[in-house]
Amino acid sequence: MAVKKMDNEIYSEMILECYRNPKNFGTLSNPDISFKDYNPSCGDVIQIDLKINNNQICDACFSGSGCAISRVCADLILSHIKEKGINDIKDIKNSDVINMLGIELSPMRLKCALLPLKVLKFGVYNYLGENIKEDIYG
Amino acid sequence: MISVNKIKKDFPIFKRKINNKNLIYLDSAATSQKPEVVINSISNYYKKHNANIHRGIHTLSDESTRMYEETRSKVAKFINCNPKEIIFTKNATESINLVVRSFVAPLLKKNDFILLTEAEHHANLIPWLMLAKKTGIKIKYVPINNGFIDYKKAEQLLSKKPRFFSFTHVSNVLGNINDIKKLTSIAHKYNVPVLIDACQSIPHMKIDIKDIDCDFLVFSAHKMLGPTGVGVLYGKYKLLKCADPFLGGGDMVIEAYYDRFVPNNLPNKFEAGTPNISGVVAFGSAIDYINKLGIDNIESHDKEIINYAFDKFSKIKNIKIYGSKNLRCSLISFNLFTDSGMLIHPHDVSAILDSFGIAIRAGHHCCMPLHLKLGVTASCRASFYIYNSKQDVDFLIKKLEYIIKMFNGGKKDG
Repeated sequence: MAVKKMDNEIYSEMILECYRNPKNFGTLSNPDISFKDYNPSCGDVIQIDLKINNNQICDACFSGSGCAISRVCADLILSHIKEKGINDIKDIKNSDVINMLGIELSPMRLKCALLPLKVLKFGVYNYLGENIKEDIYG
Repeated sequence: MISVNKIKKDFPIFKRKINNKNLIYLDSAATSQKPEVVINSISNYYKKHNANIHRGIHTLSDESTRMYEETRSKVAKFINCNPKEIIFTKNATESINLVVRSFVAPLLKKNDFILLTEAEHHANLIPWLMLAKKTGIKIKYVPINNGFIDYKKAEQLLSKKPRFFSFTHVSNVLGNINDIKKLTSIAHKYNVPVLIDACQSIPHMKIDIKDIDCDFLVFSAHKMLGPTGVGVLYGKYKLLKCADPFLGGGDMVIEAYYDRFVPNNLPNKFEAGTPNISGVVAFGSAIDYINKLGIDNIESHDKEIINYAFDKFSKIKNIKIYGSKNLRCSLISFNLFTDSGMLIHPHDVSAILDSFGIAIRAGHHCCMPLHLKLGVTASCRASFYIYNSKQDVDFLIKKLEYIIKMFNGGKKDG
């Protein structure tokens, strides 16, 4: 469950370490899906590249510039989705991301945290040729 | 001389605790805090005088009109111009849009270009891009050199006769004070009219319109202790007179028929509909407050703080400061890095400072193209005003060093 913390307390050693050395940072040379989006309030950009094989995600990377919260969330989500089916992405909820992070965030920081999931979902829906129905920040 | 401790008592917001800490407000470049007299002025207006202006004969309407117009006179005196040359808008952004649409657009000819600078706020960029999209004209940009508008390049471009030159007095990212008198006189040498965005400068220094001789100048009340929702457009009388009306509606017409209208005289011609009366009245109280302190005293206090801050910032090992030290107004934009050279994202810096009660701005500060030019997507910005002391600077520096240590993987003992 997400725990409510003060802002300087959200920077746990786990988060700082993940920010310094993300496992999934980089770009893929021939991605099947490559999608990027911005957080208009701060200009941050996150790009996610995916390699798909038999409707399964076999490789995933993120790049771009973002704060610790958005980078760590991108890293955690990508670790979570590797080897999963592409349709499973649609079921990932905002609350899943918050639970992965393990802390509660203010509305402004929530935008940072949810940007990677938003990028991932847009990329996947686009790849599947389907329209996105849910309110991505909802 | 300005006594920060005394001044802080005039601002109720400083009674607030932020995350159980005293508030250290370093975001005045976004909006200043408001003294109690300004806040009271709004409620006093509604409690005792509220009525619509310029249209009633009764006592309250007469009082409201006088109070509203009194602020116009105060603003005119503050910047040394005729009250008829002061237009109240809802913010500086609207003031710029007004000039773009009502003055510049009707003058445009094929192959015209507009001159801006690379350091403009979105408010002085997007309205021009919208105009360019509609009319097909070009926009050219004077480059920035070490925080300042490049005067030589400006002259080269002005000699090619742009239709209009619009530029900032102080960039809200770089903080350096451009020589607006010099730029205006170069522009006038080539018969190019100018607009000056004075949002960042006017809270901190004396601006004399007669001395500068600019054609238009814009600023907003909320950055100089006044309420939000009030902007100012200064325009030379003869230019405002020949400009087209902006918004149509009540008060901006002198005669109206089913098939035509005659626009009102200045300044009413540009103030359609019921304006932000209480806001304008309270803005008058803000100017009174500034005059009581003395704009010269404010200027020397703000200078002392920013020079002190700049020296302290320069001593931080892993920092990149944008713009140069000389002729700097009350703000400083920067980025922090770890020992290994990794950027510590401004959002993270701002979030951690907030936990210590310090409010700074993090992001692109509505200057995306300038940030691209600087090679970053975002920066941190600390900005100072009359209620900030050297102790505030010291506390900020201490916490910035703590943040660098934290991201380096050092001990957390801040």
